[in-house]
Amino acid sequence: MIPAAFDYKRASSAAEAISLISQYGSDAKFLAGGHSLLPLMKLRLAQPAMLIDIGRVKDLSYVKDAGNHIAIGALTQHMDVENSKVLHEHAPLLSKAASHVGDAQVRHRGTIGGSIAHADPASDLPATTLALGATYVVQGPKGQREIAAANFYKGFLESDLAADEMLIEIRVPKMQGAGWSFQKFNRRAQDWAIVGVAAWRRKGEAGVALVNMGSTPILATSVANAIAKGASISDAAAMASNEAEPQSDLNASTEYRKHLASVLVRRALEAASK
Amino acid sequence: MKVSITVNGKEHHSDVEPRTLLVHYIRETLGLTGTNVGCDTSSCGACTIHLDGEAVKSCTMLAVQADGSKVTTIEGLAKNGVMHPMQTAFMENHGLQCGYCTPGMVMAAIGLLNENPKPTEDEVRMGLEGNLCRCTGYHNIVKSVLAAASAK
Repeated sequence: MIPAAFDYKRASSAAEAISLISQYGSDAKFLAGGHSLLPLMKLRLAQPAMLIDIGRVKDLSYVKDAGNHIAIGALTQHMDVENSKVLHEHAPLLSKAASHVGDAQVRHRGTIGGSIAHADPASDLPATTLALGATYVVQGPKGQREIAAANFYKGFLESDLAADEMLIEIRVPKMQGAGWSFQKFNRRAQDWAIVGVAAWRRKGEAGVALVNMGSTPILATSVANAIAKGASISDAAAMASNEAEPQSDLNASTEYRKHLASVLVRRALEAASK
Repeated sequence: MKVSITVNGKEHHSDVEPRTLLVHYIRETLGLTGTNVGCDTSSCGACTIHLDGEAVKSCTMLAVQADGSKVTTIEGLAKNGVMHPMQTAFMENHGLQCGYCTPGMVMAAIGLLNENPKPTEDEVRMGLEGNLCRCTGYHNIVKSVLAAASAK
């Protein structure tokens, strides 16, 4: 399978990338690791007229301790998120989730920013950063703005990013020793989650988000609120799907997904409470 | 677009269409057909090569993305007619049946040992999750990788 023809420009900085995308408009797409975009282009589900390759903007590949949060450059590859010592110490839930993305070859190319900007509800990192209360920093022609993960996802593969904006940094609050768990249910190695759960818990506080339980990654606020009010784990987990609207597909029916979500949320909260 | 890609130690200067996939550049422009196209959807790993030392799937990369990089394919492993230890381990442990997945398996396995020189059996199985064997001959593939690791 070969993508439809397109023009190609390579940007050496975020500013150059934004100037190029402003010039070419909505027919242009950013290309980072290409592990979401190129498969869609090969199937001709996406046919951008112009690709702006940001894969060489190396100064956007980093994981830094920034005091209260960890700052992750948008072009940091999944393998580097998985192996980051800073994240192992301060946001281990995120490095664990990154280790579940695709397979080793995919993790050598795919980037955290690409995964989030693609806004696929079945991807592991959008839901995980949502559970962690992350903030995304985006840059456009008029400068930078910050978007809370909770306000970023607008629909299936749709986000708050404007056509001329680029995701440049992901800020993840330090987990401060919270318990955590990442649960991914799939039938074959390297598959997408049929349902996934990213959860953390610190005494009466919890954050839970769901993978592949609707058209966007889903923040399970009912579960977190129940835990905050002192509910048992099983009572809280029963509310796993309150905010979700899972679809039926070849892998699972809506009812099965809802059942899986409550089981996986319970397992995640139990593991996070140890 | 003009690209310069070093493949198996030799620098190639080519003019490619931006949409040329790296695997097609390797197979059709350079004639190195050891790298196979299997699923063509970044699932099966038959097209695995090394890009600047890391295992990647060449069906999910554009040739222009490899501009300036060093690529190693299965043809680049043997030195002076002597097989790479991973190739020897696959031969000695019957790590291949039909052989279709083998170039990708060998490249992924070398990549795995570069990052984790002494993996457990579970780590080998997890580390090769991106490579599918159509003969389902995983048992001897895992045995081969463990043999190559202990021979180091």
